[in-house]
Amino acid sequence: MMNVLINKEVATHIRSWRFIVLILLIVLTFSASLYVSSSGLREAVGNMKDPDQSFLYLKLLTTTDNAIPPFHVFLNFLAPLLGIALGFDAVNAEYNAGTLTRLIAQPIYRDSLLISKFIAPLIVVGTLFVALVLLMIGGGLLGTGVRIEPQELLRILGFTLISVLYVGFWLSLSILLSIRFRQPATSALTAIGIWLFFTVFFPILVNLVIRPFLPNPNYISEQEYLSYNELILNLLRLSPSQLYTDATTTLLMPSVRSLGPIAMEQMVGAIPAPLSFRESFLMVWPQISGLTAAMMVCFAWSYFIFMRREIRS
Amino acid sequence: MKIQKTLNMKDPIIQLSSLTKSYGNTKAVDALDLSIYPGEIFGLLGPNGAGKTTSILMMLGLTEPSSGTAYVCGHDATRNPIAVKRKVGYLPDNVGFYPDMTALENLSFIAELNGLPKAQALRKAQEMLQTVGLEKEAHKKTAAFSRGMKQRLGLAEVLIKTPEIAILDEPTLGIDPKGVDEFLELIKRLSKEQNLTVLLSSHHLHQVQRVCDRVGIFVGGKMLVQGSIDNLAHNLQQKEGVSTVIVLENSGSDSKRFEEPLKKLPGLRTLSLNGESIELKTEQDTTADAVRILVQHGAAIVSVQRNDYALDYIYNTYFENSKL
Repeated sequence: MMNVLINKEVATHIRSWRFIVLILLIVLTFSASLYVSSSGLREAVGNMKDPDQSFLYLKLLTTTDNAIPPFHVFLNFLAPLLGIALGFDAVNAEYNAGTLTRLIAQPIYRDSLLISKFIAPLIVVGTLFVALVLLMIGGGLLGTGVRIEPQELLRILGFTLISVLYVGFWLSLSILLSIRFRQPATSALTAIGIWLFFTVFFPILVNLVIRPFLPNPNYISEQEYLSYNELILNLLRLSPSQLYTDATTTLLMPSVRSLGPIAMEQMVGAIPAPLSFRESFLMVWPQISGLTAAMMVCFAWSYFIFMRREIRS
Repeated sequence: MKIQKTLNMKDPIIQLSSLTKSYGNTKAVDALDLSIYPGEIFGLLGPNGAGKTTSILMMLGLTEPSSGTAYVCGHDATRNPIAVKRKVGYLPDNVGFYPDMTALENLSFIAELNGLPKAQALRKAQEMLQTVGLEKEAHKKTAAFSRGMKQRLGLAEVLIKTPEIAILDEPTLGIDPKGVDEFLELIKRLSKEQNLTVLLSSHHLHQVQRVCDRVGIFVGGKMLVQGSIDNLAHNLQQKEGVSTVIVLENSGSDSKRFEEPLKKLPGLRTLSLNGESIELKTEQDTTADAVRILVQHGAAIVSVQRNDYALDYIYNTYFENSKL
């Protein structure tokens, strides 16, 4: 039964205007940032001071001339939009159209319905992202003729996975709101509100709240200064977009070796060399767990309220 | 085995015992007892807000009862709703379809959810569209469907899982009179052809009485009375008597002179003479006798009206009184 539901959901998403608009948006930003990075590619790869200069395909994803942000920064804004757009009316639209009663009068479990609402958009988004990066790799292979390192492929796939996970978080949040609110407009607005809060206001808020408590940096030891810095960073990491930024930056730039401040003593003797995939991956493991946990919490919550919800029109 | 089978036919296919649903202090359904037997068409009648939909949802296991049990097709609807939903087709009161899918797609999707493989689901969906007379609209998107067409499509969806019971919630709501007639005839025919048990709810006694074998009158969460329409009428008659109104030609003569002979009628309860009109209430139907007596006494009758306690009376008695 599950696959029938998922098939139908995927089909509806693909046929909807909403999804076509979203695809256009993603494809446009992707090609814009790719265009910028490929025009600066020769310079980036030739830059001997950069330890990452040999990773052509990672450079393709991250190089920028500062006029247009690289794709992973773009995605930091677009992925929430994608998740919200695919989930904000998942349950309440069915409810308002009178199709929900019909659906749950069929011999299916309510869980399957909710899971299909969650899995189907992820399949669609996952396919879209994988297709995009494969196109990019293929284009790069044709254009430059440079062989792709296995490590690069792993990193790019890891980036794709984390992006899907990030969309998954916003999707489960918007599904939760779509169960909670009867009107799709209300749930869409609330989801967009939460998104704006995290991307725009949260960093400002953290600064505002922390600043009064911060002692003058001139009068504290370096140790204390670092611990305060770490505290601010950890607070910022309550925001999913911060987790996503941390994770993608680390994966796409192999030379990033720490997400927090590093003391001079630690840097002494360190050769600016790229980390292995395993090391980078281990470094972002907390971020990945955090995103997964946030997604799970939203999903479990929506599961809880949906199972107990009285369905009648 | 054979004995078992014949016994089964007499067992109710839907059995509700002291089914109760309360929301806070208000009881939407109050200790409902109801048995419906295989093959019959049962009409659940009551005004809006009487608790009809809530009862239906409890039968399907879509709402948990506060107390009491609902057994449908031998399964406890609260504990084992999937088994019940496999055998019961349900048409909700404001049925909706996915507007960007065609009628055929909507239907075969539901068929697939009921476990039919894709090809078979499509074939069956086409067949069902033919049954309800929508074969020409099969490839139209349901967004353009009228209310009546949606109801038909809903019925096709109920039938596509070859159910043992069809539960139709306000199936005639919002359809024009001709459409109602056609729709009810269709239900009746299908019920006879496929030995389908039908439970339909309505607040429109007039529309559904033609097709129902039995009706239950359901007001304020309580089942006030149940039985066939004839039985209900008969019971009321026993209680209230038969009333006859006879109007005489305006001849200027006083109708008082008929009072004495009419008083001899058997089982007379009340008699009132009022200018040209005479109103009688009797235990049994004595209209013919009364007319005969009047004619023998030289009365010129222009109209005779016998109130036979049909629908209006049933309706008024139960629906109106309940509001007091």
